[in-house]
Amino acid sequence: MANQEIIFAGFGGQGILSMGKFLAYAGLEENLNVSWFPSYGPEMRGGTSNCSVILSDEPVGSPLVVDATTVVVMNRPSLDKFESHVVKGGLLIIDSDLVNREPERTDIEIIKIPAQKIAEEVGSKKIANMVLLGALVEKTKIVKMESLLKALKEHGKEQFYELNKRALERGAEFGR
Amino acid sequence: MTVVFDRPKALLDVPTHYCPGCTHGVIHRLVAEVIDELGILDKTIGVAPVGCSVLAYDYFACDMYEAAHGRAPAVATGIKRAVPDSVVFTYQGDGDLAAIGTAEIVHAAARGEKITTIFVNNAIYGMTGGQMAPTTLPGQVTETSPYGRDVKTAGYPIRVSEMISTLDGAVYVERVSVDSVPNIIKAKKAIKKAFEIQLQGLGFSLVEVLSICPTNWGLSPNESVKWLRDNMIPYYPLGVKKDATTGEVK
Amino acid sequence: MADKVLMKGNEAIGEAAIHAGCQCFFGYPITPQTEVAAYMSRRMPKVGRVFLQAESEVAAINMVYGAAGAGVRVMTSSSSPGISLKAEGISYIAGAELPCVIINIVRGGPGLGGIQPAQSDYFQATKGGGHGDYRLVVFAPASVQEMVDLVQDAFDVADKYRNPVMVMGDGMLGQMMEPVEFKERPKKELPEKTWAANGLKGREKHNIINSLFLKPEELEAHNNKLQEKYREIEKNEVRYELYNCDEEMDLVIVSYGTLSRICKNAIKMLKKEGINVGLIRPITLWPYPVEAFDKVIDKTKNGFISVEMSCGQMLEDVQLAVNGRKPVHFYGRSGGMVPTPAEIANKIKGIVGGAK
Repeated sequence: MANQEIIFAGFGGQGILSMGKFLAYAGLEENLNVSWFPSYGPEMRGGTSNCSVILSDEPVGSPLVVDATTVVVMNRPSLDKFESHVVKGGLLIIDSDLVNREPERTDIEIIKIPAQKIAEEVGSKKIANMVLLGALVEKTKIVKMESLLKALKEHGKEQFYELNKRALERGAEFGR
Repeated sequence: MTVVFDRPKALLDVPTHYCPGCTHGVIHRLVAEVIDELGILDKTIGVAPVGCSVLAYDYFACDMYEAAHGRAPAVATGIKRAVPDSVVFTYQGDGDLAAIGTAEIVHAAARGEKITTIFVNNAIYGMTGGQMAPTTLPGQVTETSPYGRDVKTAGYPIRVSEMISTLDGAVYVERVSVDSVPNIIKAKKAIKKAFEIQLQGLGFSLVEVLSICPTNWGLSPNESVKWLRDNMIPYYPLGVKKDATTGEVK
Repeated sequence: MADKVLMKGNEAIGEAAIHAGCQCFFGYPITPQTEVAAYMSRRMPKVGRVFLQAESEVAAINMVYGAAGAGVRVMTSSSSPGISLKAEGISYIAGAELPCVIINIVRGGPGLGGIQPAQSDYFQATKGGGHGDYRLVVFAPASVQEMVDLVQDAFDVADKYRNPVMVMGDGMLGQMMEPVEFKERPKKELPEKTWAANGLKGREKHNIINSLFLKPEELEAHNNKLQEKYREIEKNEVRYELYNCDEEMDLVIVSYGTLSRICKNAIKMLKKEGINVGLIRPITLWPYPVEAFDKVIDKTKNGFISVEMSCGQMLEDVQLAVNGRKPVHFYGRSGGMVPTPAEIANKIKGIVGGAK
């Protein structure tokens, strides 16, 4: 049974909401039931940002993820806030360039990725989110990489497609 | 036999509820004559306010709405946007337009809604029995300003025409009076021009009509007319406040 | 699945309205429904229709009154504090018997409250909100797809009965993205709008859009006519879903909107522990699906529990529907707090005495 309940969290402007969206589109591509639910608040820029994404064989219940099978964090406050939300045996993916503490949990799987550095090597720090997403997809196999690429092609900006693709591939190496 | 005087087609043959000496009847007639003369009865839609003219929908022969208090310009906006080839007018008193409905009239004017507002200013709330209006003059005694309007606590009257004429969306704004035959003739000219502005699709037009309220002023109709001339016209000067078709702004 | 697109609830509302032939939209920004207005501002001009950002919610609902009176399909959208402002206009629209669709993407209250999801406008939507003896038909979708379907149905129901219809969702439903499909819909036979005040155009007698009846006997007659219409709506328009209600149950949850999905998760959790719980999901909050209770009342051991994101508002309708025949329990969170399945399951275990 395919089922992933994911929390993506970080600062506004890091592409937290869009990485969730691309994954949801990829899920739709594979005929999964999907939902994407953003946090919403008065801060428009620079504040914390997170979204809940669910991909499942079964109809989606609550779109708000509390007990996450996977959590992706792109800053320290997000690790502080969401580390406890990963279910036992679940997955925590950390941008280790931006999170300056070690996670405390020992009952979950943890992947640390220097996503900023890798993204910069690929071409732009802005696509660090895609590095992390690549690892998530490779590790969880919740969708095929080609579905994600198709989602990027259809719903992302054309000029970033190749960059995004390379970022996903680099990230995927961490998920193997 | 030649007919020299008749009821305009745009007015229905029904008795009105207005008090003896009230000038609402005159103003209704002027609007109706203009609708007849412009030949627009078939596409005119009127919006009545809450206030003395609340029942205007029973008097005009065109399609009519009764709006919530102060909201006539918003209702008129909805109608005009839904039926762009119609001619839409609101008929509002001073409490309706200049107190509770200030936001709606200002923004309808600011948007340049292609509607026409007939604003009847008699410096008092008539229907509820003579309370202070936003246009009540300083010192004027009403039910709720029994010692005379004290500007220190009740503030100052609003000169609606002057205020509206500052807005770019307002194309034509004129203040008229119905205290005399020459002024009534001028009032009709203004109302006609206001409707023509709308027909030409130019924007928002408003005619403020100084009117009397013998019942609530506690004066006879003749005394009321004199009171209007002596007190209202000095505070609310008559004339074109803005005519964007000629570039005139006063 | 190929025709499915991923859409945010608020944007899906706008697209559904366009599909339903909505000619005019009048709105005002307020979180968490602003995307409805933003979407309409993008789309309506492209399809030759009217979008207008009003100066206030008060103005917006009166623009709706104007456009609805002229016989076109019209919608407005807001969130809780904005709906309070619209209440006056809604009462006039109901009084003048005008069809329109009103969206409420509910946030926590009272007062300015908060901006997170809530269901605390249940009373306002179903019991009045504005003054006078009137009713709104109230739809409560639980998914973005159902939102799309119900918004389109709302226009038909509004036209059929000359009555305002409210579609109410919580902030989650407005903000979340889910796959949606815009299905081909059979065209409904609906009465012609001969009452519309859109210019005489040769018509003999003028039409008047009005809610004023100064003579008491006339107003009473008008009210009686409205009541007859409401009885008709109660007869024809009740909608609900029964979930897991076929066998003997330990308890029946009553819950609507997004929260009902969370309740379904709780039901699945409880099933694993041998506790069988059913769900009544009202889809119309008014008319309330009383008949759903009659269908399950003999099958529930411990009665019912109203689960809400409010402090016991729908609870009163549950009590009325149950009418003392079985116990009625309550679980609610408020202020924007969304209950978790585990929380709901725990509350239910406390009632039915299951494993802790």
